[in-house]
Amino acid sequence: MKGNVVLVSNLEADAQRRATRRSWLLSAPALLVLFFAASGPLLIVLVYSFLTSGEYGGIVWKFSTEAWFNVVFIRDIFDDSLGLADAHLRILWRSTKLSFITTAATLAIGFPTAYFIATRPLKSRNIWLFLVTIPFWTNLLIRTFAILEVIRNKGLVNMLLLKMGIIDSPIQMIFTDFAILVGMTYVYLPLMVLPLYASMERLDFNLVEAAYDLYATRAKVLWRVIIPLVKPGIVAGSILVFIPSLGAFVIPRVLGGGKKMMLGNLIELQFGAGRNWPLGAALSITLLSIVMIALLFYVRNMQNDTDGPR
Amino acid sequence: MTTTVIKKKPFSLKRQPGFGFIAIACFVMLYAPIFILIVFSFNIGENIAVWEGFSLQWYESAWNNEAVKDASVRSLVLALQASLYATILATMAALGTTRTRPFKGLTFIYVMINQPLMVPEIVTAVALLTLFAIIKTITGIQGMVYLVAAHTAFCIPFAYLPIRARLEGMDLMLETAAADLYATPWKTFQRVTLPLMWPGIIAGAMLAFVISLDDVVITEFVKSSGQETLPTYMLGQLRRIITPEINAISTVLVSLSISVVGVFFFIDRKFGK
Repeated sequence: MKGNVVLVSNLEADAQRRATRRSWLLSAPALLVLFFAASGPLLIVLVYSFLTSGEYGGIVWKFSTEAWFNVVFIRDIFDDSLGLADAHLRILWRSTKLSFITTAATLAIGFPTAYFIATRPLKSRNIWLFLVTIPFWTNLLIRTFAILEVIRNKGLVNMLLLKMGIIDSPIQMIFTDFAILVGMTYVYLPLMVLPLYASMERLDFNLVEAAYDLYATRAKVLWRVIIPLVKPGIVAGSILVFIPSLGAFVIPRVLGGGKKMMLGNLIELQFGAGRNWPLGAALSITLLSIVMIALLFYVRNMQNDTDGPR
Repeated sequence: MTTTVIKKKPFSLKRQPGFGFIAIACFVMLYAPIFILIVFSFNIGENIAVWEGFSLQWYESAWNNEAVKDASVRSLVLALQASLYATILATMAALGTTRTRPFKGLTFIYVMINQPLMVPEIVTAVALLTLFAIIKTITGIQGMVYLVAAHTAFCIPFAYLPIRARLEGMDLMLETAAADLYATPWKTFQRVTLPLMWPGIIAGAMLAFVISLDDVVITEFVKSSGQETLPTYMLGQLRRIITPEINAISTVLVSLSISVVGVFFFIDRKFGK
């Protein structure tokens, strides 16, 4: 009898092992491609950040922490005195600041929008949702370019304001932080609305009714009932907007016009005209680390929400 | 004598003051710039802010522009190849990671597959630039293979997600039934699993196609000279004087993306869970 039980459990373990091997075999080709053309190269960047830059770009195989040092500090070429790398810090600050404001702006616009969609009748909801999805699948460059056309000096906004006599000369909007902000808010808005909608769709309006029965005002219901219930959606949307904002490259390049750089443009500069690959690599790893920290924060937050007491 | 009647709206649980207004404004904001872009692609003059009359001349000039033609063909060929490879790889991976008991390493596979969604594109782009620079100096191999490899890799998660969703919603009973009727595992896959998976596979392939077609950042870093795709060509043009020709190209590209995504939505709603 006992032998049979052992045999059965052996057979089961065997089947399980085979299933696992099958899973690995089927996933292997995709993993290989991803390793060679996505995650593996990140290791090269990490290694490069500790090497010396070649005179005409590229790298020299000599260990150095100079690149990491140069992320924040600058060495005077004449007397080797140290100073803070103002330009880098300014760009780092601009990237963080603009990413936070973009996240806040998309939340301010996206929250009511997602709520609006979630409270439509079931049939029309899909149409509204489709309307949010379309811009999301439209080329990012084209959407940025569309914003450029609208806010340029000879663009539609300035033309209208001039015709109405509100202004005498066009307002310089492109090539400013404001332009980047408008562009990023416009481009990343769907990334905020979609996860917000996903959590609002499941909102139990009995709880809202209960709050009204207890004489809560509309504002109280919003702040004390709805927002706490859809918090996972708010966090997810914020992360989804914050991460691409921080790494934005096309938007600041088109709307900031090379004058207002963000981290992504600074990295490009080091690999291009700057000819300082190790510094570019160190900046890339810096950007990657900030993103990973944001993601970890998100994962922890999600776990707290599902495991913690309700 | 007049009596004022205070009309009171019936109390609605779901109403929040101002939300409807912001939502409508948001939709207008989302579409207005794209709409303006499309309208001015039909403008007679060179101006992209003052309407001067209807014409198709910018479409004509884009059509006759050799650089645009060249870039469009390259974009399409690249997107077709990358989405084909990504879909095959993603289908296999989805078969391997669904409908099995959780095992050690499953999380690792998930993280690896979704990695392109998490790492900022600019970081992946410079990483690929360094790797391909090394390979090029060692082997001397040139050509489209680098772009195809890069596009295939970042398209995998987009192809994988709908296929996995489809597989997870599928009924295992049908496959068990096929096995009970002495179908070999391969026959079961061919005659039962694969036909049921099709909507997911098509949806995944379409998303991958659109993602590859739209990519700017990674392509910009990986391409060699003379390997412009439509988006990198447009990015280069933005530095010069902008004519409505760019609007015309954009309009065509937008229509293509929207039709592909429209079909995707239709498939998703018709066959989705």
